[in-house]
Amino acid sequence: MAGEILVYVEQKGGAAKRASLEALTLGAKLAAARSSAAHAIVAGDSAADAAAECARYGAAKVLVLDTDPKDTHALAAAVAGVANDVALVLLAHTAKGKDLGPRIAGALNAPLASDCTAISNEGDTLVARRPVFAGKAIATVKPASGTLIASLRPNAVPAEESAADGAVENVSGAAPSTGLGAVLAEILAAADEKIALTEAAVVVSGGRGLKGPENFGMIEDLAAALGGAVGASRAVCDAGWRPHTEQVGQTGKVVSPNLYIAVAISGAIQHLAGMRTSNFIVAINSDAEAPIFKVADYGIVGDAFEIVPKLTEAVAALKAQG
Amino acid sequence: MNIVVCIKRVPATDSRIKIGADGTSIDPAQIEWIISPYDEFAVEAALQMKEAAGGGEVTILTLGPAESTKELRTCLAMGADKAVLLKDADASSRDATATAALLAEAIGDLNADLVLCGKQAIDRDQGQVGTLLAAKLGLPCVTEIRKLEITDGKANVERAGEDGTSETYNVALPAVLTCTKGLNEPRYASLKGIMMAKKKPIDERDVSAADGALQLASLELPPPRRDGRIVGEGVEAVPELVRLLREEAKVL
Repeated sequence: MAGEILVYVEQKGGAAKRASLEALTLGAKLAAARSSAAHAIVAGDSAADAAAECARYGAAKVLVLDTDPKDTHALAAAVAGVANDVALVLLAHTAKGKDLGPRIAGALNAPLASDCTAISNEGDTLVARRPVFAGKAIATVKPASGTLIASLRPNAVPAEESAADGAVENVSGAAPSTGLGAVLAEILAAADEKIALTEAAVVVSGGRGLKGPENFGMIEDLAAALGGAVGASRAVCDAGWRPHTEQVGQTGKVVSPNLYIAVAISGAIQHLAGMRTSNFIVAINSDAEAPIFKVADYGIVGDAFEIVPKLTEAVAALKAQG
Repeated sequence: MNIVVCIKRVPATDSRIKIGADGTSIDPAQIEWIISPYDEFAVEAALQMKEAAGGGEVTILTLGPAESTKELRTCLAMGADKAVLLKDADASSRDATATAALLAEAIGDLNADLVLCGKQAIDRDQGQVGTLLAAKLGLPCVTEIRKLEITDGKANVERAGEDGTSETYNVALPAVLTCTKGLNEPRYASLKGIMMAKKKPIDERDVSAADGALQLASLELPPPRRDGRIVGEGVEAVPELVRLLREEAKVL
């Protein structure tokens, strides 16, 4: 595996996560430019079913780990076990990736560049760009030597198909669970499965201008019509209108969707930090002077209570046409 | 129970970042410095555990410039017992590996039953020091906890898992836990606390960091966003917005 690239691909029911396919796409491109190969690593029930999909996105080989991915620590040990002398271990900066990356770095004693928005080859060295200060600045980092571990921000690069062999290789006898005494007692499912805020292609966020938690129905409706996730400003979460898990901003989630719609959010600097790398930003606000309009591609000045339902209606009509 | 809480001095969330002359650090002029917000949850959790147990000791540990005594005093004023400052003028540019190594060395002689960190410092946003610290110390680690309870010498913690799930772990102590929002509401220091903090000890130690494993080549401001426009006012603007999203942005 010397000099090659490994990409950990999250899968569920045999279907790879989109954010992981983005990482695999990037890994395959980086490998091709180095005249090397990128391999996918999958684990868990029906992992082998994800192999064909991994091959379509450029995996030369698909390593199927005999490890339960729910045990993140054991998974990290297993990934580290097949990562000897590789140039790069790449993963998606998802809920799983955030927990997994540092554990792989610890196991391999190799540096981790987390939440990268770009990775490139500079000669033989891999160079990563990652937002710091919640996106108020961009750092360019590279490993002093040896293997780099990197996690890629969802939606930072597109997932593109590029057929490779994708020969499946089962890796058994993986490291035993080394949870070191952290025992996973239970996993409670969400009331209804939602699209992860940080991975969603569309995010619709509401702010204090919505006047109360009872008015977030229209935000949920617009998000549903767009197939997106719901976010909120810090003021809204601190007031208890929405859970902290939905907070977008420097002390919440940093999101980078294809489309971000800010409704009744003025655009405090700490909110802007959490969403300014979105591809397209729409702002709907009654205050024409609100700072959110400075980062918005498209703005509508006016009453969100009138505009949002009309927008939902228009989007639904468009989607119905196909 | 001995609890060690690792904190970091960082620019406040409303700071405007300017790049320093060296091209790899920020211009510190006009920056207001605070305790990284996630670290405050860790401090509060430690204080609550000490209060619930009716005893024990809370030690605040930081790797930072000499000025970090301000943030350490704040923690002492909140109710922590003592503090250790690992003095490093370049602490903010240390990579996670070097930072974790220095913190682990200091924790080695603090006899900790529990080490708490914020899930990430809001300057470099790396989100890995807690986990690397645990790896160096050979301790279990659960990240981004939002609930914490100690029973029978074990920590029972909850964190958000994938796809909106909630994960519960039983963790043998000693352990390293990283804290996120929702865990508690950090207290403000009382006047009495501020007075008492003046007499509490801060152990200042000079440290020298090893070379980082991840090198910072440059730091720059993000490219400016392309100019946007106001599409219109009120509901009349909706059809035009939808058209732009579909035809120009191609996101519908």
